[in-house]
Amino acid sequence: MTVSRRFLICSIVSLAMTLTTGAASQAESFSNAVDQVQPKVVKLFGAGGLKNLANYGTGVLVSPDGHIATVWNHLLDSDVVTVVLHDGRRFFGKVVGTDSKVDLAIIKIEAEDLPFFNISDTAEVGPGALILAFSNVFKVATGDEPVSVMQGVVSAKTKLAARRGRYRASYDGDVYLVDAVTNNPGAAGGVLTTADGKLLGMLGRELKGTNNTWLNYAIPFSVLEKSINDIVAGRFSRTDDLLAVADETESSGFQSIDFGFLLVPDVVARTPAYVDSVIEETEAAKLGLQPDDLIVFANGELVHSIQTLQGVFQRLLPGDDLQLIVRRNNELVTFTFEVPRKQ
Amino acid sequence: MRVCCTPQIRSKILGCLIVFGVSTLLAAKVSSGAGLTVSESVLQAEQQRIDTISRIVPAVVAIFDPSGQGGGSGVLIDEAGFAITNFHVVQGLGGFMKCGLNDGNVYDAVLVGIDPTGDVAMIQLLGRDDFPHAEIGDSDKVKMGDWTLALGNPFLLADDFQPTVTYGMVSGVHRYQYPAGTFLEYTDCIQVDASINPGNSGGPLFNADGELIGINGRISVEKRGRVNVGAGYAISINQVMNFLDHLKSGRIVDHATLGATVTSLSDGSVVVSNILETSDAYLSGLRRDDELISFAGRPVRSVNQFKNILGIYPKGWQVPLSYQRDGKRTDIVVRLAGLHRRAELVPGGPVEPGPDEPDDQPPIPIPLPHSMEPKAPEIPDEYKDLYEDKPGYANYYFNRVRTDQLLGALEEQFGDSSRQQLNWMWAGTVNEETPVQFRLLTDVIAAKLGAEFAVQNLDEDPQPVPESTGGLLTALHQFKKLLQAPDDYFTEFYYVGSEPLDGTGDRVDVLISTKGLVTSRWYFDRDDLRLVGFDTSIDEEHQPCEIRFGEMTEIDGRPFPEKFHVRHARSEWGTIELQTFEAIAPEAGVGQ
Repeated sequence: MTVSRRFLICSIVSLAMTLTTGAASQAESFSNAVDQVQPKVVKLFGAGGLKNLANYGTGVLVSPDGHIATVWNHLLDSDVVTVVLHDGRRFFGKVVGTDSKVDLAIIKIEAEDLPFFNISDTAEVGPGALILAFSNVFKVATGDEPVSVMQGVVSAKTKLAARRGRYRASYDGDVYLVDAVTNNPGAAGGVLTTADGKLLGMLGRELKGTNNTWLNYAIPFSVLEKSINDIVAGRFSRTDDLLAVADETESSGFQSIDFGFLLVPDVVARTPAYVDSVIEETEAAKLGLQPDDLIVFANGELVHSIQTLQGVFQRLLPGDDLQLIVRRNNELVTFTFEVPRKQ
Repeated sequence: MRVCCTPQIRSKILGCLIVFGVSTLLAAKVSSGAGLTVSESVLQAEQQRIDTISRIVPAVVAIFDPSGQGGGSGVLIDEAGFAITNFHVVQGLGGFMKCGLNDGNVYDAVLVGIDPTGDVAMIQLLGRDDFPHAEIGDSDKVKMGDWTLALGNPFLLADDFQPTVTYGMVSGVHRYQYPAGTFLEYTDCIQVDASINPGNSGGPLFNADGELIGINGRISVEKRGRVNVGAGYAISINQVMNFLDHLKSGRIVDHATLGATVTSLSDGSVVVSNILETSDAYLSGLRRDDELISFAGRPVRSVNQFKNILGIYPKGWQVPLSYQRDGKRTDIVVRLAGLHRRAELVPGGPVEPGPDEPDDQPPIPIPLPHSMEPKAPEIPDEYKDLYEDKPGYANYYFNRVRTDQLLGALEEQFGDSSRQQLNWMWAGTVNEETPVQFRLLTDVIAAKLGAEFAVQNLDEDPQPVPESTGGLLTALHQFKKLLQAPDDYFTEFYYVGSEPLDGTGDRVDVLISTKGLVTSRWYFDRDDLRLVGFDTSIDEEHQPCEIRFGEMTEIDGRPFPEKFHVRHARSEWGTIELQTFEAIAPEAGVGQ
């Protein structure tokens, strides 16, 4: 108790110390912080341009040698991505690695001595903290124009509960939710910083919450740090297969038919994932899957309904394993599929 | 851990401090009632903001159509009641509208001038000569991250005319926004994250000191609906100031084109990709593939920057331009041409999509809260004479008044006698050595320059004579007609607005006259309304003959400029100094 109380007092003292400066800066312009952050944020131009799919986005420099972190989305689904630095210099970037679990991609451009964020030196804040958000919303900036900056307050730090179209979002870890409208078209890959320009999180793709409202959120860099470091260090690299399925459209993921079986019609909110039929001479038939098998686990995730199973299918990549555990009568049977290449 | 907090959070934390008895930390804090304790600096910042808002609120206008249905916002800029709003707010309202101020009163207002391309309009509130008004700031000093206040009448909430205030920061400056529809290109605008919503259109954007820095006019929208999504755009007040006198002219004013298109190369340079051979830029030497270095004093590093710069200037302004060819830099001043043909700008021509038409190209002009059917304007009897309908004008009344004022001043400057139909005989020198004589007769203009003669028959097409003047004889004839019969002689004669003389000088008021293909621009000092010079173009293919006056003196008993400085195609031709001036009735018969 004494320990915790002392800790509490200490942190309160340190909080109080920062209050005065925080208060003073409230009336002043944020232009100093803005000037610090801007050179480290880049504009991305790539695939897209169709309705509701922006062909522009944002990234953040995480190394002096041109490693750029951004959200892994359809924008990168082209051979090269055009990267425009704050000073208007143009580069062609290549995706060198991705981590679908945290929605992250790293792009590399051939450049040196660039301003960058040290991602192991990031801040953590709680609700009420003033924040700035930097991104190329609505493609307002091109060339050497700086990206847009917004201000707001952290509303909550919580788990992301969101969906993409009919599907749950792949990432469900910690996020900062903010009260500014930060996650507009083109904002994904932008940064959330403190009022004095310290790195907090990466603005995510446009997602709706479970109550059908658009979310304004960022994934903390503490979550992304390991993946970024691994990819930058070359411990994890992209394969072409990864990008082959990096498609934003909702129907592009795998379906049960890709493995040789069909599910019962998804008629209610929580339709149990019963196998309806198994197609002859497919992997499912070879492995011995049968009609009326109830899928209860998929890759370790509890399958509540056909929808959760489809969520798992969405995240599959060619070459992955798909492990299904089904209940047949009163037994559990395990099947392991190899995820095929999509035609 | 470093935490910056909202005032509420701070109070909670400070409340904890009391619990833990760290009372020494409270020395710098003051109590703000109800047991809350807030840092002095927070209270100060809050009080400053409150003071600023109470200072600027009286200048904010809620605009309604005559029946009080649709509407938007505006801001007063002087005590005579001139106010700025968006074109798309007053469009369809007719010549008169109703405006509410935060004093709770409704004022009649009359339309003054419109700029459909820039989405700006000027109205004048009536009934007072001491209107509260905003202090004009300098939008070029606005930086990203600055705090801003947007005031206006979003969703037409201000039933009592108390404007809504939203607070936010500057998200971007010098933004270029592509045209939505055919007009309404927003150039060099200010992007803010303060909430801008339907009804905010035309309302003011202030900096933290309460200076007017922009006119809120556009928002980015996409799938979230036509309300604020964190990106609003304000027309920079510096652009509005460039157009201010043009708007006061009562005209439908136009934006400018260089007569050339530019493109950016892979090395980042911006080069001329196409240029009209009739453009002033071409006549001044600019060619295809020349690299633009600066334009209007600002560096050009992208096509958008070029468009940004171009978009803030009215048709007809002269701006400096620097270009590079084969490593050699050339500095010129170019006269900008109009962006549209006149017919394109008058009502009935192409208009931008209304709020109900589908147009998913973000951003759009802020849609108005109510759809607006054009209604027959209810014109208050006492103000009926303040509105005159005329094609090409938003309200011809304001043009006529200013034109008459300048013509009156002209009479004061040159005396009444010059207004008779007389032949003029001048004699003097050019550049203090070459003797020169001019005969300005009713059918012919002639000059004897040293041993050379130049003649312009008035029933023939104007010629660029004498050589290298661009048409000095025609110019002098226009000048004579301006003094003698401005109302009858010219096919068109109107007040334009103001522009910096020769691109870089003091602002002068400008009248334009046309007669056949001959166009003249007459420049008036804005303080004492003296005519200080004029440019005459004999047709569209020739650069004008430019004449600038020296000080006024008396020549043979009549007030007249002691010198005429004559230029053409950016080079000095010479200075004419008159020694004698005879005016003789034509029937007296004058030998040549």
